[in-house]
Amino acid sequence: MRFLRPNPIIIALVLSLILFVVGGIVQPGFASYGQAMNILRLAAFLGIVAAGQTLVIISGGEGIDLSVGALITLGAILVFRIGAGDNGTALLALAVALGVGLLIGALNGLGITALGIPPLVMTLGMAGVVQGLILVITGGRVEGDAAPWLTGLVSGSLVFGIPGVVFLWLLLGAGMWLLLRRTAYGRRLFAVGVNRATARLSGVRVPLVVVLTYALSGMLAALGGVVLLGYTEQVFLNLGNPYTLPSVAAVVVGGTLLAGGVGSYFGTMAGALLLTLLTSLLTALELPESARLIVYGVTLLLLLSLYGRQKALRQ
Amino acid sequence: MSAARALQGPRLRRVALRQPYAFALVLLAVAVGINFYLQPNFFQPGLLSGNLLLFLPLMLVAVGQTVVVIGGGIDLSLGAVVSLSSVVTVVLMGNGEPSTGSIAVAVLAGFGAGVAAGALNGFCVAVLRFQPIVTTFATSFVFSGLALYVLPEPGGAMPLGLQNFYYSSPLGLPMVLWAAVAVLVAWALVRSARYGTYLYATGGRDLSAYQSGVPVSRVRFVSYCIAGLMAALGGLALALSTGTGNPIGGAAFTLQSIVAVVLGGTRLSGGQGGVLGTIIGVIILSLIQSIVSFSPAPSSWQTLINGLIVVAALAGPGLFALTRHRRAA
Repeated sequence: MRFLRPNPIIIALVLSLILFVVGGIVQPGFASYGQAMNILRLAAFLGIVAAGQTLVIISGGEGIDLSVGALITLGAILVFRIGAGDNGTALLALAVALGVGLLIGALNGLGITALGIPPLVMTLGMAGVVQGLILVITGGRVEGDAAPWLTGLVSGSLVFGIPGVVFLWLLLGAGMWLLLRRTAYGRRLFAVGVNRATARLSGVRVPLVVVLTYALSGMLAALGGVVLLGYTEQVFLNLGNPYTLPSVAAVVVGGTLLAGGVGSYFGTMAGALLLTLLTSLLTALELPESARLIVYGVTLLLLLSLYGRQKALRQ
Repeated sequence: MSAARALQGPRLRRVALRQPYAFALVLLAVAVGINFYLQPNFFQPGLLSGNLLLFLPLMLVAVGQTVVVIGGGIDLSLGAVVSLSSVVTVVLMGNGEPSTGSIAVAVLAGFGAGVAAGALNGFCVAVLRFQPIVTTFATSFVFSGLALYVLPEPGGAMPLGLQNFYYSSPLGLPMVLWAAVAVLVAWALVRSARYGTYLYATGGRDLSAYQSGVPVSRVRFVSYCIAGLMAALGGLALALSTGTGNPIGGAAFTLQSIVAVVLGGTRLSGGQGGVLGTIIGVIILSLIQSIVSFSPAPSSWQTLINGLIVVAALAGPGLFALTRHRRAA
């Protein structure tokens, strides 16, 4: 197994391919072009949300963002309400949603850096607050509409039947690569993730980097919600919840270390693709829900056994 | 006067460090005060124990979470273990009034399911050394799936006699108090045994503990088994309080138990904290809930207010440190 370790991205992609082929053999129609595009589209939602999660986890310090699910819902609801199906106001709504996501993420970062609250509980507490905000905004009932350009982007196809959201995802991938590998922020983020003390001594303003990272995560989660709205065209109050922990799993399966300081977004993209394929295959097999959950859990455990292990105590 | 203050500062901090739940006690006092203000009959024993009894399942689960966290881990599957163990018990109870023997079998099977689930977590985390967060997240799917397999739809019934016992007050004291005392006594025994020392050493710095001869893997493995057992006890309490089984009934406990642990002063980094703090944390959560439901705010605002108070409570120690820091500087 050790020789497999160096490149989790390749493992995830190879496993994705195997799942796809197996799916095609077991369930005719699963490996069709249309179904592949649909899976890519679903993977894009998870991938966009997991982009922020990747940044947060790279920043280390037990970094994790459990507020992404609630922020997805909030982002979708804001666009749904403010945009109200009109192309003109939808841009304004998009700006509001991203701004609110950025702000709430920044509050997460401030709680973590200035008040010393552990990221897990800070973002968990924030998820509760955002859930409350959603109830206050909607009063329990959601009225509004998805803008035509949004549904067009997500559900319609641009070229060769590839949905626009997949291009958006690829664009985000390129942007994330630039951000992580070619900007001062990216270098500082890795420095902070490896060792906060040495980063601080080298002149990195650690709190600033951390706050910015959580803010970006909040914004990307809200973006994920907006895009998801283009797919569902409806909003329900727990729309984003099923994405919270899978976004963490996608990051880890993609080879980013939970300890921080090591990772890449390409890995996360591969992880999101693999997890989405797994879910889609289990759905396509029409297994009862109990079996689907068990198989998903066991597969996740097996994936973790490949490259999610910590160093042995005996050295 | 300034000398007295200078002496007082470090001493206060020492006390706060030695008593990790010192801040939790302050929060508790504030929450009790607000509750008393909103509901003048708050201290009426029946009402008080009724409110707390609703939080007994969470208390048991959070105590298990505390043990895992002290040992340097975390368990995101406890909610699913609560569901699994409770449906196992409910299904084995069958219909009608079961005999004492079959009640015992059903309850023990529930505990067995909990310990087995904990053992699987412990094996993956302690022996195979997988990351606790993602591993227990993965196993939570397995346990949720098993719970759905055992009982696909909410249903079944717990025997009435057992339910009445759950809501009774032996020797005039409410069940929740008995449970809390039992848990604290058990914890005192664990804490004073060699295992307790090993647990704190493992959570503090596992490599040093390993080098000083602490069986780190075994200690951590057992901590997950204890958490599984506590989750099963929580599942039993949940089944008794609702009277039926629900395959997703425990889902909310996972994250609430972590909040309770942190409110109680146990740090997620491990090696520090205790069960008493967690019990105080659970009581604080229950008091926050009753503050919100008795406040004049409209119902659509309740979740938000609840969330804000919880975040404020989590932020408390940090705000306290921040103001001290300012004064020192």
